[in-house]
Amino acid sequence: MQVLKDLLRSPAGALALLMLLATLLATLLTPLLSPYDAFALDFGNALQPPSAAHWFGTDNFGRDIFTRVMAGAVYDLRLALICVFGPMAFGVLIGLVSGFFGGRVDAALMRLTDIVWAFPFYVLVLAIVGVLGPSEANLYIAFFLVNWIGYARIVRGETLLIGRLEFIEATRVLRFGKPRIMLRHILPNAVTPALVYSMSDVVLTVQAVAALSFFGLGVQPPAPEWGLLIVESIDYMREAPWMTLFPGLAIVWIGIAFSLLGEGLSVALKPKG
Amino acid sequence: MIQVIFKRLLMLVPVLIGITLIGFLLLQVMPGDAAERAMGTRASAEELAEMRRLWGLDLPIWQQYLLFLRDCLTGSFGVSIFHKKAVITLVAERLPFTLGIVALSTLIALVIALPFASLAAVRRGRPADHAIRQIFVALIAVPPFWLSYVLILWLSLRLGWFPTGGVGEGLAENLYRLFLPSLVVGLSTAALIQQTLRAALIDTMKADYVDTARAKGLRRHEIFLRHVMPNSLISTISIIGVRVSWIIGGTVVVEKIFSVPGLGSLLIDAIVSRDLPVIRGLTVFFAIMVVIVNLITDILYALADPRVRLE
Amino acid sequence: MSLLSIRNLQTEFRGPAGIARAVDGVSFDVNPGEIFGIVGESGCGKSATCRSILRLFAGATARIVGGEVILEGTGDLAQMRESELARVRGSEVAFIFQDPLTALNPTMRIGKQVAEVIRRHRKVSRTQARDAALQLLRDVHITSPERRLDAFPHELSGGLRQRVVIAMALALQPRLIIADEPTTALDVTVQDQILRLLKERRDSTGTSIIFITHDLGVVSQICDRMAVMYAGRVVETGPVRQVLDQPSHPYTRALLDALPGQVARDRDLTPIEGSPPSLIAPPAGCRFAPRCRVARPGCARGAAPALKPRPGVAADHLDACILTEVPDAAA
Repeated sequence: MQVLKDLLRSPAGALALLMLLATLLATLLTPLLSPYDAFALDFGNALQPPSAAHWFGTDNFGRDIFTRVMAGAVYDLRLALICVFGPMAFGVLIGLVSGFFGGRVDAALMRLTDIVWAFPFYVLVLAIVGVLGPSEANLYIAFFLVNWIGYARIVRGETLLIGRLEFIEATRVLRFGKPRIMLRHILPNAVTPALVYSMSDVVLTVQAVAALSFFGLGVQPPAPEWGLLIVESIDYMREAPWMTLFPGLAIVWIGIAFSLLGEGLSVALKPKG
Repeated sequence: MIQVIFKRLLMLVPVLIGITLIGFLLLQVMPGDAAERAMGTRASAEELAEMRRLWGLDLPIWQQYLLFLRDCLTGSFGVSIFHKKAVITLVAERLPFTLGIVALSTLIALVIALPFASLAAVRRGRPADHAIRQIFVALIAVPPFWLSYVLILWLSLRLGWFPTGGVGEGLAENLYRLFLPSLVVGLSTAALIQQTLRAALIDTMKADYVDTARAKGLRRHEIFLRHVMPNSLISTISIIGVRVSWIIGGTVVVEKIFSVPGLGSLLIDAIVSRDLPVIRGLTVFFAIMVVIVNLITDILYALADPRVRLE
Repeated sequence: MSLLSIRNLQTEFRGPAGIARAVDGVSFDVNPGEIFGIVGESGCGKSATCRSILRLFAGATARIVGGEVILEGTGDLAQMRESELARVRGSEVAFIFQDPLTALNPTMRIGKQVAEVIRRHRKVSRTQARDAALQLLRDVHITSPERRLDAFPHELSGGLRQRVVIAMALALQPRLIIADEPTTALDVTVQDQILRLLKERRDSTGTSIIFITHDLGVVSQICDRMAVMYAGRVVETGPVRQVLDQPSHPYTRALLDALPGQVARDRDLTPIEGSPPSLIAPPAGCRFAPRCRVARPGCARGAAPALKPRPGVAADHLDACILTEVPDAAA
């Protein structure tokens, strides 16, 4: 696709794709690269520093950290992608409808988003999960309730802007059905900034998920989620800093990759001409 | 001026009421039994009933909301089940520490973002600019709670420069103890501010009055410090205003790690002890804080920029 | 002895499309106490030339690649180090920009901005600078100057703001003021006032003024000598009455024919066909040739013609058309 080519042309996009590809390969090839199981306990080998046998060292249970971090990649990415693209789909739809139809629906919706926007993100997510109880499902609920708003606002803004452009007026005059106008003409353009935003959203969501695990409010052990890996490492921080280091670096790695991807996308998706 | 502020406050009232409503509803979240969900299926019928009573779940929803609204309007924001005190009392005890982190981290964010944004703007397109951008991209990617531990490991445990947390007596000691948590929040905030500030600086540097300043024979640093920076800082005020929600949210995470008895740890504790009134009242209080800080930011902006009248 | 002597100035501007030589071999002199007008179409290089004098390129990537800009008693401004040039700017040579609405810092009070230029070049106290600023505001006939000193730019009208800009330009009694279309953004009545103000200032202080404009009427009103520019070069220069009444270069004639008004009352309006050439890859020979009514094949070949006096005309009235060598050939 043209977008992919443009993406590769920008240094940010190329680097991002490279990083993500590397991550993907590493995750897929882990069974080949590492003979260890992410959950296998091996007390004899506990708290070993990084070595040829254990690239990232072992944790207090003797589990190979490399394997666990790689397994965590699958976990965290799955969580992040669901928690970002689910709300995004919903938010985009709402924004599109709101911006397109305008009037009282739009005004009411904007009121609503203004109010929810005032709540700090972490506070809201924590509170919701806190009330519902810690579990992966409740994590999804919390994110879905809160995260769609950013997208709705962005897409609404774009829809209003685009809606005023002449070619949209033309389609209205030609009496294209409203859903058709929305989907075929406005959506592709309005979604672009939302897509760029979603990249930084992934970065922040991965962090948020990890932070929730940290508070015991998210994913539960023994899942190899990165946040949990860090939590488990705290008691051993002094003797085995590698336990804390590698999962954190993994989060940073993914964060940089998606930030760069966002940068690359914002350049690649810019309308030409 | 006072009248305009008053008018703005009045306009905020529906928003504030909306906040109480949304705050209330969000925590009612799903149909079904909140008590059962929170306590799990292992809880006995008596325990569940007791939980429902404590949380006020045995009343119809609209009644629960009105009671909550009343609590908000009277200023108590609910009564803690655990502490047996009004939520606002707990808040008052802990607010100074959270505000301390918010203020200190904003300061740190500015101190970090300003020079780098300036350098990036002045050397736009050149290697320094790209390098700075990469550094700050990496900075956003660093999760705050992990960073907290890394800093504790390094600056506290290994180098012994800072205590691992807690709070002390008096301003000086608190500033010292709150430095690390503020540094963590400040770093991620700086990453967000730097980009916008750089853009604002670049925009200002293109202005005609900067041309005039050069034509007057002013030297580069004089122009930058006296004309470019002050005007860009004014737009920075509104940038920070937008980020306030983020800064306040960031304190929630670091407070627990650094054992700071602020609002964030209050929230976490309330969640752990299943203190619904506190969770609810505190969440609403946070939102109100954000709204008020935004208003203050708007006022500051109007004061700083002579062209703007606070409409 | 001329005050400012520009010889074969060449300035390149780097843009997305390539490198344009917006000033390509410009030469003219400005004498002490005279008002020198520069006219030409948009993009002819008049602004670029004048900005080159003080190297005020406003963020554009530009540099002087040839020629000299000799300010009498000071030296070649084109070769000067930036720090030295900064001392010339504002004190010996001042610049007035086109748009008064954006030329002043919106968050700084008027008095402070005027005082700023004084304090930059002279060791005076804040009070002394403020007093001097007050007097300058009076010199440019701003009413209630004490009140205006503490005002912000947005509180003043466009005309008043331009007066403030002029006050800043006059502050250190420069020998030369460069005014880049200072009245274009103002309405007609205000224009007139500003023109008269500039003339009055010249009369009382003896400062020279370079006046850039596209309005031949203005040139006729206040300028003593003038230059006509086209595509980065000067095509005609001389005393205003000479150039406007007896234009030598076909371009000047075409300009006069194309404009209504006082200058050429008895002629029909004839627009000039075509558009100016690209300055990234300028054509050979005379650049006006493609649009010139009397062009000959030889015009579009070789180097661009140099300025030279025309036989039978005053010695300081120069033009750059090869056809004027021969009397009546360009008629």
